Amino acid sequence: MASREFFEIPKRYKTWSTALMGVGVLSVIIAFFAYGRGEHPQLFWGGLLQNAAFFLLVVNASMFFICATTLAMGGWQMSFRRVPEAISTAVVPLGVISGIVMLAIVFVPGTHIYHWLHPDPNDAILQYKKGFLNLPFYVTFTVLTIVLWIVLGRKMRALSQELDNNPLPDVESGRKYIFKNTVWASLFIAWFGLTTMSTLPWFWLMSIDAHWYSTMYSWYTFASTFVSGMALIGIFVVYMKNQGYLEYTNQEHLHDLGKFMFAFSIFWTYLWFSQYMLIWYANIPEETVYFKSRISAQGHKSGAYSGIFWFSFIINFLAPLLLLMRRGAKRNYTSIVFMAVVIIIGHWLDFYQMVFASIDPEHVNVGMMVLSLGIGAGFVGIIMNSVGKAMSKTPLIAKNHPFIKESIIHHT
Amino acid sequence: MAVKKFVVACFDEEDVLFKAVKQVRKAGYKLHDIYTPMPIHGLDTAMGLRDTSLHTAGFVYGITGTTIALSSISWIFTKDWPLNIGGKPHLAIPAWIPITFEFTVLCAAVGMVLTFCYLCQLAPFVKKHHFHLRATDDKFVMVIECTDKTNESEVSNFLAGVGGTEVNVQTAETGWWLGTYDKEQKLYESKTETVTA
Repeated sequence: MASREFFEIPKRYKTWSTALMGVGVLSVIIAFFAYGRGEHPQLFWGGLLQNAAFFLLVVNASMFFICATTLAMGGWQMSFRRVPEAISTAVVPLGVISGIVMLAIVFVPGTHIYHWLHPDPNDAILQYKKGFLNLPFYVTFTVLTIVLWIVLGRKMRALSQELDNNPLPDVESGRKYIFKNTVWASLFIAWFGLTTMSTLPWFWLMSIDAHWYSTMYSWYTFASTFVSGMALIGIFVVYMKNQGYLEYTNQEHLHDLGKFMFAFSIFWTYLWFSQYMLIWYANIPEETVYFKSRISAQGHKSGAYSGIFWFSFIINFLAPLLLLMRRGAKRNYTSIVFMAVVIIIGHWLDFYQMVFASIDPEHVNVGMMVLSLGIGAGFVGIIMNSVGKAMSKTPLIAKNHPFIKESIIHHT
Repeated sequence: MAVKKFVVACFDEEDVLFKAVKQVRKAGYKLHDIYTPMPIHGLDTAMGLRDTSLHTAGFVYGITGTTIALSSISWIFTKDWPLNIGGKPHLAIPAWIPITFEFTVLCAAVGMVLTFCYLCQLAPFVKKHHFHLRATDDKFVMVIECTDKTNESEVSNFLAGVGGTEVNVQTAETGWWLGTYDKEQKLYESKTETVTA
C-alpha cells in the first residue's frame, strides 16, 4: 500500500490541465471582444454564468455524496472516498471564480441577464417577488453559500484526514469519531438543501426568467448536477485505477457508481417530465412562456432551441437508460467512462439551453456555443488541476477509517 | 420426476463452506445445490452458477407493458373514442406518460414475480424434498448428486473431511409434486442412512 499512497501527477495530466485552462482563458477573452461589448452582452455573460454555475454545482455534488453516504452509515465508498474528497477541493477555486462571475453579473452595468434588478413599478409579478429577488439578498446569499460550502467541505476533509497518522485507539473513540462525522455531514446537508436544492438555482438560473414560475426547477438543477457529479467521480476513479492506484477499488464499487449514474439519470427525467407536464396541462401563459423557445408548439413554428432541448433529453435519459441497464455495462471500465462523458456533456448542454434559451430566445448563436464550450474546457482544466494536487498531497486510501474493511470486502 | 441418490452435508460457518465448495468442485463431484437460511454473497459465483436471466425477462415484460399501454391508449383516444379534454390535442402524449410508466412497472413486476416462482418451482400445494430441515434455520446444507459412477462412502468421507457435519446419503425425488409430505414416506421405500464420519 505504501508505495502507491500518493498520486504522482503524470506530465501528460499537467499538460492537459494547463492546455484546457489556456483554452478557457482564450475563450473568455474572445467571447468578451466578440460579444461582451457589442449588441448582445448577455451572450458573453450567459456563457460565463452557465459554466460557472454548472461546474461549481458539479464539483460540490462530490461533497454532497460524501456527506450523504456518511449520514447513511455507508461503508462501500470508503476505498475510493479520497477521490470525491479531492474533487470537492475544486469547490475552492471554482467557488471564487463563480462568486466573482455571479457578483459581476449584478454589479457590472449592462449585462442584461437579470431584468429583476431594475423592475418596472407597474410590473405586478416582479413587485410581488421583490421580497426575494433583490440585490442585497442575492449578494448576501451567493457569498454566504460559497463561503459555507468551502468551510464545511474543508471540515469534512479535515475529519477524514486526521485519522491518517493517528489511528483510532479503541471502539469507543471510533463511535465518537463517526458521530462527529455525522454532525458535520448533517450540517453540510442542511446547508446544501437550503442552497443547491432550493434558493441557489432560483437566484442564479431561474431568475433569468423572472416572470416565470416552476416549483420543480431547483430539484431539476440538483438532479442534473448530482448525476454529472457521480459521472465525474466515476471518470476519476477509473483514471486512477488505470494509473495503478486505488488497489482496493474494483468492479463492485464501480457497479454501485454506475447504479447512481443510472438511477439519477432517471430521477432527472422524472423532474424534467413533471415540470413539463404540469405546465403543459395547466396551459397558463405565464408558465408556458418558458417552453416557447425550447419546444415546438402544435401548429406554431418550432422554437429555436427545440433541437438542443430534445437532443439533451435523448442523451440524458434514453442513452443512460438503455446503455447502463445491463449489469455488465456498469462493471465495465470503458462503458462507465463513455457514459460518464455522455452524461456530463448532456447535462452541460441542458444547462446551455436553461441559460441561453432564456437570454437569447430567438436563435441559437453557434459561435457563442463553441466559445461557451471553450470556457467549459477552462473549468475542466481547473478541476483537473486541483483534483490532481489534492490527490498528490493526501493518501489515496483512508486506511484508518473504521469502515474501510467494509469497503474492501464489498460485494454487489 | 426422477428419484436420485444424494450425499448431504451440513456446514456451520461460511468460511468452511466456501473452502468446501472450492474443494468439491476441484474434486469434480456434481454439486446439486446448497441450501442456506439467508443469501450468501458470492456463493453463486463460488458454485459456478451463471447469472440469472430474470433481468432480461423483466426488461421484456417492461417493454411489453410500455407498448401495450401506449398503443392501446393512443388507439382509444384518437380512433375509437376521441374526446375533447380541455382543448388538448387528441394525441396527448404527455398525459399518457404516467399511465404508461405505471403499466410498465406493473407488467415488469408481476411478470418477474411469476417468472421467479416458475424458475424456483414455487406455487401453492407444490412440494419439494427437504434435505435438511435446519437449512431454514441455522445450517448451510450442501447436496451432492450421485451418478452411477459415484462411490457414496467416498463422497461422504470427503465431505466429512472438508468440514461437513451430519453427513448422510438420501434417496430423494428431484422435482416437485402436488400433495403432502406424508405421501413422500410412502413413495420411497428407501430410508435415510446416516454415515458416521
